[in-house]
Amino acid sequence: MSDGSAAAAVADAHRREWTFVLAATVRVARDIDLAEECVQDAYASALRTWARDGVPANPAAWLVTTARNRALDVLRREQTLRGKLPLLVDPEPSYQSSDVDGDGGEAFGVPDDRLRLIFTCCHPALAREAQVALTLRLVCGVSTSDIAAAFLVTEPTMAARVTRAKKKIAAARIPYRVPQPAELPDRLDAVLTVIHLLYTTGHTAPSGGALVRLDLVARAVELARVLRLLMPDEREVRGLLALLLLGDARRATRTDEAGKLLLLEDQDRSRWDANAIGEAHELVVGALRGGSAGRFGLQAAIAAVHAQAPSYADTDWVEVLGLYDELLRVWPSPVVALNRAVAVAMVRGPQAGLDELTVLSADGRLAGYRYLPAARADLLRRLGRAVEAADAYQEALVLTENDAERAFLSARLAAL
Amino acid sequence: MASYLILIYEQETELTGDEFVELMNQHNAFPAAIERHGGKLVGGKALQPTPTATSIRGDVVTDGPFVETKEALGGYYLIEADDLDQALRIAKECPAPRGGVEVRPIWEFDE
Repeated sequence: MSDGSAAAAVADAHRREWTFVLAATVRVARDIDLAEECVQDAYASALRTWARDGVPANPAAWLVTTARNRALDVLRREQTLRGKLPLLVDPEPSYQSSDVDGDGGEAFGVPDDRLRLIFTCCHPALAREAQVALTLRLVCGVSTSDIAAAFLVTEPTMAARVTRAKKKIAAARIPYRVPQPAELPDRLDAVLTVIHLLYTTGHTAPSGGALVRLDLVARAVELARVLRLLMPDEREVRGLLALLLLGDARRATRTDEAGKLLLLEDQDRSRWDANAIGEAHELVVGALRGGSAGRFGLQAAIAAVHAQAPSYADTDWVEVLGLYDELLRVWPSPVVALNRAVAVAMVRGPQAGLDELTVLSADGRLAGYRYLPAARADLLRRLGRAVEAADAYQEALVLTENDAERAFLSARLAAL
Repeated sequence: MASYLILIYEQETELTGDEFVELMNQHNAFPAAIERHGGKLVGGKALQPTPTATSIRGDVVTDGPFVETKEALGGYYLIEADDLDQALRIAKECPAPRGGVEVRPIWEFDE
């Protein structure tokens, strides 16, 4: 076997199996930091061993066994410390498998370890930015320098953030466990919010040249898929996956060849990914069935109405507005109210939409939010009130750092 | 088991007689809540209000609390719990009607 193909196999196993390998190793290491170190060592030794002996039949099993053996070695060497390590793993696993002997055999195919890792990283005792960083580092195996680049902070800053969060998990004994049913809705919402945040950060990079950071988008979709696999009955998980798929289905049409931003109404709908839209549609149906839907299911339903419309004008805006009314009820966020105002304008005319925006501006919570003046500018433009529209575009430009969005706003301003 | 300190931060407004009785009843019921969640009560005390506090920084002795805040430390419970989730379930039931609580893990040193 050549070094190159072994390296490719290791890279592939890193991409596919990292979460699984780390989650299974934490169970033995009882400490996330130690587990992470052992998993990194296991990948490094795979690079040497696989080049020499060939890629094993089950790369994940090989990696788990290697990482667990290394963890057990460390624990044996530090026997005195062992009693003092926090017991990360629930002594009564809710699913099955208490395979702690390190042979890696029976744990395979048991999904709860990956879920444990995800819920630990998104624990509400951690700040949101720490949840996001930990999820990328531990669940996705993304390097600290890549995470730092994605969130526009320096590598030492991001490394410190990850280290602080891991210390808190150990010191405060944040458990390595899937939450109890009574706590699950809130805890799951935090997980879904983190995945959605990864996606939106990738989808509209807050500043810089490219509109989309593909890797973050792909990671978010992958995570949503894993969660859907592990929690098939959770409707909001279906809703989130559908929402991400629908956003991603339009990716190719969001900018033109020159990288210029195209609004929903100007996008070439024939180039939307029909397969992704079809998959999302089925998920939305499942997310809305049985009782009142959650915020991710409703957002996905709105995106699905758009995805199925032949054109912007021929969109079922009454349906969209009804879904926004429901969304605002379950999730009273000013950003939702802003999007609802756009639907109001489509159903009842731009003046009615503008009236909604006036109420929203007065409430003050959206001060500094670039899409508020941008939406106002658009409605004023459609009402023929060019001078006021120009002021609103200027206001939006001051708040916008993304190059593609700036170019769009400048073009609209110039065309007034 | 791990140890956690539940710090009670509340506004120091004057309580009516009825409010005081109600608050004491809530505190008297708290040990049972700790047990119900599987934790253990190790200790707990109420503090005299911040006007009775004296602070020392370096050699300088001053009147009042170390940090002036809208909600002041008014008491604590020391508990044992399996993990943070259990400690938080317990702390959610800790009476603090005019403020809230902070949960801090106790630093265990190797002997």
